[in-house]
Amino acid sequence: MIHTDKLTKTFVVKKETVEAVKGVDIDVAPGELVAFLGPNGAGKSTTLRMLTTLLRPTSGTATVAGVDVTADPAGVRARIGYIGQGNGGGHSFRVIDELVMQGRFYGMNTADAAARAEELLKSLDLADLAKRTVIKLSGGQRRRMDVALGLMHSPRLLFLDEPSTGMDPQNRANLWEHIMRMRAEHGTTIVLTTHYMDEADLMSERVIVIDHGQIIADDTAARLKANLAGDLLAVEVAADSAHGVRGLLGRAAAGGEINENTYDGVVRFRLRLTEGARLAPALLKEMHDAGAPAQSLELKPPTLDDVFLELTGRNLREGADR
Amino acid sequence: MAVQSTTEVREKPSLGQVLRDTKYVFWREMLLPLRDPFSLIFSLIQPLVFLGLFGPLLGAAVGAPAFGGQSTLQWFLPGVVVMIALFGTSMTGSNLQYELMTGSYERILATPLSRSSLMIGRALKEWAPLVAQGLLIALVCIPFGFVFYPLHVLAGLVILGIFGIGLGALSYALALVSQNKEWIFWGVQQTLLFPLMILSGIMLPIEAGPGWMKTASLFNPLTYLVNAERELFAGSVGTDTLLGLLAAVVSAAVGLAVGIRAINRNIR
Repeated sequence: MIHTDKLTKTFVVKKETVEAVKGVDIDVAPGELVAFLGPNGAGKSTTLRMLTTLLRPTSGTATVAGVDVTADPAGVRARIGYIGQGNGGGHSFRVIDELVMQGRFYGMNTADAAARAEELLKSLDLADLAKRTVIKLSGGQRRRMDVALGLMHSPRLLFLDEPSTGMDPQNRANLWEHIMRMRAEHGTTIVLTTHYMDEADLMSERVIVIDHGQIIADDTAARLKANLAGDLLAVEVAADSAHGVRGLLGRAAAGGEINENTYDGVVRFRLRLTEGARLAPALLKEMHDAGAPAQSLELKPPTLDDVFLELTGRNLREGADR
Repeated sequence: MAVQSTTEVREKPSLGQVLRDTKYVFWREMLLPLRDPFSLIFSLIQPLVFLGLFGPLLGAAVGAPAFGGQSTLQWFLPGVVVMIALFGTSMTGSNLQYELMTGSYERILATPLSRSSLMIGRALKEWAPLVAQGLLIALVCIPFGFVFYPLHVLAGLVILGIFGIGLGALSYALALVSQNKEWIFWGVQQTLLFPLMILSGIMLPIEAGPGWMKTASLFNPLTYLVNAERELFAGSVGTDTLLGLLAAVVSAAVGLAVGIRAINRNIR
């Protein structure tokens, strides 16, 4: 569905050349759900805008839905759906008018466009608002209208740029429910950008981590977490028996860092453990046998934020510190 | 274009597609006044105000000889029609500015619509009310001695429409260039519009001015446009009409070329 070869974008800002995207190679198969994850300014949106022909690549090539983005941008646009960061509805227009015209823009006839608009309004809980002007919609309603606009022509490939930024958790969940349903029904290929790691984690099957314009990881969320981060294990033992488990825990952490805190006669060890949930029971038994039974245990599965930290030494939230 | 670089291979939409796309863009824009017809009523009042309040002063101040034997009304009315067309189509970009601020422009840019249709459709929407406005003021003026030649007036409106596409496209380009600095749009639009208008003899006959003004007016496409409208509104077709049509076509071609460059520059 998507194939890029050394896709590159440089901007000239105040006579200084900024490399926003540095030669990325991306392959997306039909039906995949892929998230570009990275801090603000990492190059996710720039990549997405090149794939949707809203920006011309400085060098490299990209084929989207079988069409080259530089040779035939209009051909690409006809085959994809795009939901940008902003709100797509014109302020003074009526919701239904914008949807029908959007369908016409993609070559649908009026009857088909009207039927499709009605269907989408219903499934996105906007049916009562069809004749409302866009400016009178709430933020969540506008975002759902954006989704409706992007889906009017039933694209087989849908791009979403930061789809849920600024939405409250309930609206986010609602939005995702709709997107997932569309995907289940039509097998749509979906590519999105996000800087919410939990969103990438929950919703995508595949995560492409982008930082400083480069792809630094590309795998399923589960594998990224297992391979790069591991579970966070916190275990407490009585201070006077702690010396008996240090070697044991060191082996379990496989050379990883072990944090140690002593308070109220208890030592709290914290370490990263690959496949922690599977190893923890055996570890508990070994500790018991070593004469230092665990008094408490806490096992936290890793997040993509941990993955990003492991990859870059920075937190996702800290952003791109160029 | 194609020689600039290898990545410059750009789709060249067929004329049929441009026309079809233009229809959609025009129709979307027209939904605004159609859903809210009050704006149309106001747009009908404006030209009447000009005619009713400015016309009599003009006749009294300049004197009949300057109008080449025509009645003041017959001379002034085509000027008012051109003026409304100028005000309207040079506003094309201002309506775009709102859509640039939200994601609405980007959403439409991501559709397969051809780039030229985005400008032509929007410019024509600003031109469309002119048909109603032009006919209305012509009818209102008949009792005051204005002689109405419907087919000639219609031809005049078409020429104005072609010119309006060019001016609308320039206005569109201006809005894109002044993105995030809206005051620039207004500054440039106002600064250019008034000298062009005065130097074309829309409001006052240029023949009444000094020689340098007459010379300057020869380089102003508007001059030819106004002359063509005067000839047509007087019920004849001649050299002025042809020159006006030529000026309109050239303006449209230049405007669209500049506009498409501005759109493509934006995606660079």
